[in-house]
Formats: sequence, C-alpha cells, structure tokens
Amino acid sequence: MTETWKGIWVDGCKAAWPICMGYVPIGLAFGVLAQKAGLQPWQIGMMSLFVFAGSSQFIAVSMLSSGASVAAIAMTTLVVNLRHFLMSSSLAVHLQGSSWKFLTAFAYGVTDESFAVNMAKFRSEEWGKERALVVNQTANAAWVLSTVIGGYGGEFIPAGSFGIDYALSAMFLALVVFQLRGRIYVMTGLAAGVLAVILALLLPGNSYVVIASLLAATFGFWLRRYARGRKAIHA
Amino acid sequence: MLDREYLLVVAGMGLVTYAPRWLPLFFLSQRQMPQWLVEWLDMIPVAILCALIFPDLFISGEPRHFALFQAKSLAALPTLAFALKTRSLGGTVVLGMLLYWLLEKFVS
Repeated sequence: MTETWKGIWVDGCKAAWPICMGYVPIGLAFGVLAQKAGLQPWQIGMMSLFVFAGSSQFIAVSMLSSGASVAAIAMTTLVVNLRHFLMSSSLAVHLQGSSWKFLTAFAYGVTDESFAVNMAKFRSEEWGKERALVVNQTANAAWVLSTVIGGYGGEFIPAGSFGIDYALSAMFLALVVFQLRGRIYVMTGLAAGVLAVILALLLPGNSYVVIASLLAATFGFWLRRYARGRKAIHA
Repeated sequence: MLDREYLLVVAGMGLVTYAPRWLPLFFLSQRQMPQWLVEWLDMIPVAILCALIFPDLFISGEPRHFALFQAKSLAALPTLAFALKTRSLGGTVVLGMLLYWLLEKFVS
C-alpha cells in the first residue's frame, strides 16, 4: 500500500462507505425527530458533532422534550456509552506508542461501527492508524451531515428505501465473520450473542452489551487457557 | 427551548461520551500491557459484535420480545453464508440490503 496521504484517504474512505450508508437513514430519522422536538438544524449539527453517539442522541432528544434535567441526560448518556470503554481498550492494542495528540483525535471517532471496521482491518491486512483515523472521521462527517439534512426536512425521503435500514446489520454480520479465526472465537461469539439476547429481554436499556461482552470475553479467555493447558500436557 | 440549557446538555453529553473513548486509549497505549490483558482484549471484538448483532436480529418491538423469525433474522442467514464464502464486506452489505428489502416487501 502506498503511504501517500491520497492513498491513505482512498483506503480509509473505501473502508468507511458501508458505515456512511448505514448512518444516512438513522441520521435523517434523528434529524426529523429532533426538529419535531423543537431543535434548530444548527443545534442538531452541534449535538452530532460534539456527542457523536447515535442511540444516546435519540434518548437525549426524547428526554429533552419530556423536560429532563441536564444531569439526568448526562448520566443516561454515560451509561449508554460505557461500551466504548471496552472498544477503546481493545483498540489500544493496535495503537501502542501513539502520540497523545493522535489518540485525542482518534478517541473522538470511536463508535460501534468504526470499531468493528478498524479491528477487522487491523487484523487482516497492512492497516495503519492513519487509515483508521480516516474511517472515524469520514463516518463522523456522514453522521453530522445526515442529521442536519434530517433537521431541514428529511421526512421527504421515504423511510425504508431499498433495504437501507439493513446496511449496518449486514455490515456487522460480515465483520463478525472476519473475527472468527478459530473455534474459540466462534464459541465466544455464540456465548456473547445468546447472553446478550437473554439479558436484553431481562434488563432495561442497553447494559446487556457490556455485561454480555465482559462475560463472554472472559469465558473465551479461560477456554483458550484451558485448551492450551491440555495441549501442553499431551505434548 | 432555552439555548443556554441546550448548550449545557450538549457539553455534558460530549464530556461523558468522550471520556470512555479517550481514557483507555490514552492509558493503555502508553505502556506495555501484560500478556493476559492482551489475550483477554483479543476476545473483546467478537464478543461485542455478537452482543450487538444477536439482539438486533432476534429481538423486536417495544417492550422487547424474542422473535426468532422476522425479516432481519431471515435475511441474516444467506447474508452470513455469503460473507463466509466471499469475505467481501461491500458485497455482503449490498446483498443483505436487497434480501431485507425483498423480505419486508413480500413476506411481512
């Protein structure tokens, strides 16, 4: 791969397009909702720019219209986004020794989607942290733009066109496949998925993501240790 | 809506969404991580991805309920098979959208 800036941009954008496509319908929907709740397009854009967290933004707007306090909105947002703590920890393995300036810029764009794309890329090929940063920023631009357009009257775009609502689901399915590098990963993934479904039915909110991921990753960790231990005995 | 209050909301949300993204990146990338932590973190991506996608496919509605067969889950199997076979991200996304679109249109 060429290390020119142009090459880095092209690679980053190529990796980011499914994210951008998936963000458009969600961003438009958010813009429409926020506008109905009384927000100006610039206020919508400001939130997307400074917060950049889809589900929290939806929750915040509905809390705003029901008159919730600033503290309550911030607390809810924190809980909804705690999963990014795990994602950033996992990304740190690939960003060893980066400058604090780079990390500060990079942290801003860590989302479920950019995390999934970058982790697959970091593993499967020669992927640099600059390309990963381009993925983050491109996705962010698509998010900010589509929410602002939604705020100007996105209801004119018919909902559910061409199955675009499935873009992110399909992207995650493909990215899960890239992560399955052996039986232990398959079992870890299945454990996480089944746990998440059970917990999502039992618990309110989205705490199921963090709890299921922590438990399943620990399960996978011990599974691998156990498998390695057995191999050592039989060797 | 009060403009000043809205600014406070955005600032508060910005702070609490940025902190969990920045803290681990900053602290974990500055020093050598212990081997067990690297191995444990290696399991995180597949765990998180599955914890996100399974409920997306198999749970629907508000209040949430389990739905084994719905357009999202039915489109998932051929989409997954295609991803396993081709390992193409773009192709998988396009095929998934097409299948979901058809299922939504003709099945439900």
